[in-house]
Amino acid sequence: MARIGVFVCHCGINIAGVVDVEKVVQEIAKYPDVVHAEHYKYMCSDPGQNLIVNAIKEKRLDGVVVAACSPNMHETTFRNACERAGLNRYRCEMANIREQSSWVHADEPEKATEKAIQLLQVSVEKVKLNAELKEAAVPVTRRCLVIGGGIAGIQAALDVADAGYEVILVEKSPSIGGHMAQLSETFPTLDCSQCILTPKMVAVARHPNIRLMTYAEVVDVKGFVGNFKVKIHQKARYVTSDCNICGKCEEVCPVIAPNEFDRNLSPRKAIYLPFPQAVPARYTIDTNHCLGLNPLVCGKCKEVCEPKAVDYDMQDEDVEVDVGAIIVATGYELFPKDKIGEYGYGVYPDVIDGLEFERLLSASGPTGGEIIRPSDGKVPKVVAFIQCTASRDPDSYMPYCSKICCMYTAKHAMLYKHHVHDGKAFVFYIDIRAGGKDYEEFVKRTMEEERITYIRGKVSKVFRRGDKMVVWGSDTLSGEFVELEADLVVLASAIVPLPDTKKVANLLKIPVDENSFLKEAHPKLRPVETLVQGVYICGAAHGPKDIPETVAQASGAASKAVGILSGKELYHEPTTAEVNIDACSGCRICVDLCPFGAISFNENTHTVEVNEILCEGCGTCVAACPTGALKLRNMTDKQIFNMIRAALSGGD
Amino acid sequence: MSFEPKIVAFLCNWCAYSGADLAGVSRLQYPPNMIPIRVMCSGRVDPQFVLEAFKNGADGVFIGGCHTPGDCHYVVGNFKAFKRVVLLKKMLEQFGIEPERVRIEWVSASEGKKFAEVTKEFVEQVRALGPLNYVKREKA
Repeated sequence: MARIGVFVCHCGINIAGVVDVEKVVQEIAKYPDVVHAEHYKYMCSDPGQNLIVNAIKEKRLDGVVVAACSPNMHETTFRNACERAGLNRYRCEMANIREQSSWVHADEPEKATEKAIQLLQVSVEKVKLNAELKEAAVPVTRRCLVIGGGIAGIQAALDVADAGYEVILVEKSPSIGGHMAQLSETFPTLDCSQCILTPKMVAVARHPNIRLMTYAEVVDVKGFVGNFKVKIHQKARYVTSDCNICGKCEEVCPVIAPNEFDRNLSPRKAIYLPFPQAVPARYTIDTNHCLGLNPLVCGKCKEVCEPKAVDYDMQDEDVEVDVGAIIVATGYELFPKDKIGEYGYGVYPDVIDGLEFERLLSASGPTGGEIIRPSDGKVPKVVAFIQCTASRDPDSYMPYCSKICCMYTAKHAMLYKHHVHDGKAFVFYIDIRAGGKDYEEFVKRTMEEERITYIRGKVSKVFRRGDKMVVWGSDTLSGEFVELEADLVVLASAIVPLPDTKKVANLLKIPVDENSFLKEAHPKLRPVETLVQGVYICGAAHGPKDIPETVAQASGAASKAVGILSGKELYHEPTTAEVNIDACSGCRICVDLCPFGAISFNENTHTVEVNEILCEGCGTCVAACPTGALKLRNMTDKQIFNMIRAALSGGD
Repeated sequence: MSFEPKIVAFLCNWCAYSGADLAGVSRLQYPPNMIPIRVMCSGRVDPQFVLEAFKNGADGVFIGGCHTPGDCHYVVGNFKAFKRVVLLKKMLEQFGIEPERVRIEWVSASEGKKFAEVTKEFVEQVRALGPLNYVKREKA
């Protein structure tokens, strides 16, 4: 006979406003083996927890069920409370009567109450047969993997490394720096973007705790918090670290390719340095454009290389590393250009996006900082900026606000005026969202001091007339149709996650939201954690955000990772599979089923064995075991059968 | 009184259960006919559980897991669950139980809306099928 105590939480009126908590207590008190039942306003509060602690002691309870919110919220809270009263933490379960009853059946209080009772019965049946378990201690690999070398990844890597732990920073492209390296100036201070970023890039390269792997991608992740095994694919760049970036190879290379760093507004060679301040400072051969890594075909770069750094025999390789924590900072891209038909982007060369305009503004850009339009190289005298391009448009494009466009468009308009004093700039906007320190003042300055015309309304169409770009829009404040002849149109295109983000999320088993941004564990309280322990997120891969917010989030993710790396040891969930070797027939079905390699066959006993540290407790093997020899601790077949019956009893 | 179907749901902890939680946080309303049982993975769902539910008066059984391919926290548990459900449905048909009484769906942790919609749909689907009364059927 078990002695189960049931504690029903009101959660203020969140539960009690719908569910009749008195009735729940009355009914569940009659359920077999329930020896104590009570309700209280806030079970998670100190007095609430004390009710549980005292009842365990006074009523000699050997099992506890708390009917409250989701176990994802407070399971740990109540298990800790039970432990304080001397009850094994695995003898405590929750019944989710808030998220899965009161909140979703608000208009049917009687049925919600009935469901709450059934949910409680299910949990009582589970806890009755829960074994007392103890977590297994596992050592921690004191090393962190950071995926993505933009400002988010750079900041996270530096913070973890400064805390004294090894970091492996993996970046897909040949240099770290990300989009921030492409920007001209940053709002609202107009600091030169590269000037504030490059010291951090150099710090990464020089940091004794950071191992930088550029031109590399994470291709496989196994293991669990504290003990991840990661496979990194290092692409061959065909130039060794002996490269002294003299640039002679580039001079002789006969192949011209589009320069991605300049958003294809300028050419580069097949052997190239992405940009002058690239880290690592080392050339890369782009094999998609190179005539062939073969001295018989071309071989010019190899001929002129004095330090003999060009090596055509270099091979791609897979590197395996062990890490304890992972930070994902894979960044963003702008909405694909070929998908915005009405603005003629990708059709007319004089319709460009925000990052292309950044390159035009940048002193290191294709024009050396001179603003000229791509079609004929003339200085544009009228520029139209279109905000919310593909953002805030749930019918056709992305439903969300891309957050930084109001600010960078104001900056673009202001910088344009600084470059072209007699030019005119027009900004089409829906609303101005300038929430941030000194942001509102910055937009005001653009409007008032720089005399930029802001037109409130959406643009319906952009098309060519002669050598002008015609912009059709509306001014919703005057209610009039607007036609503007511009020389250049700049689109503040929506910020979208890189397609690779989804790939990385799949590898790590972390969820993404409906727009494919990485999803945090809790939107308010766990903004850098994910549902997978030991995996943290930061930067624009999580959602559109500006540089200060990205840096703050990166530092947050780093401190979370350091929390894992600095612990003495970690504890592994003991709710794993176990084998009854007397019943095991040695068929080995489970061995092939286990995705973690946790089950092995013992040739001597002709039975299988479960490695409890590798077992993640999914139970797939248990469901497949034909003899019932495998058992999932605290979720046995017997428990589930009882739970099913409890779910179906009553409520007729 | 109109027929109120009884449904048991097996929801995987990482996706479908979290999706159900999100439906709650978003206050999306759906019928209360489904009693969820949290499992760590949809791969834990043994076809016997479905049979046991029908034997004990369930009119429908729902299994919720992570999206395929790739979302499963345990790599491929959702595939295993899916394969088992395909076979189970064939077997149910031979027992004279409509295979539409079992439904497997992929619901991610961010799909609260989908969870609410699928639940509504499934409850109506089972309501249309009518009571299972398996025990009575067997005796008849």
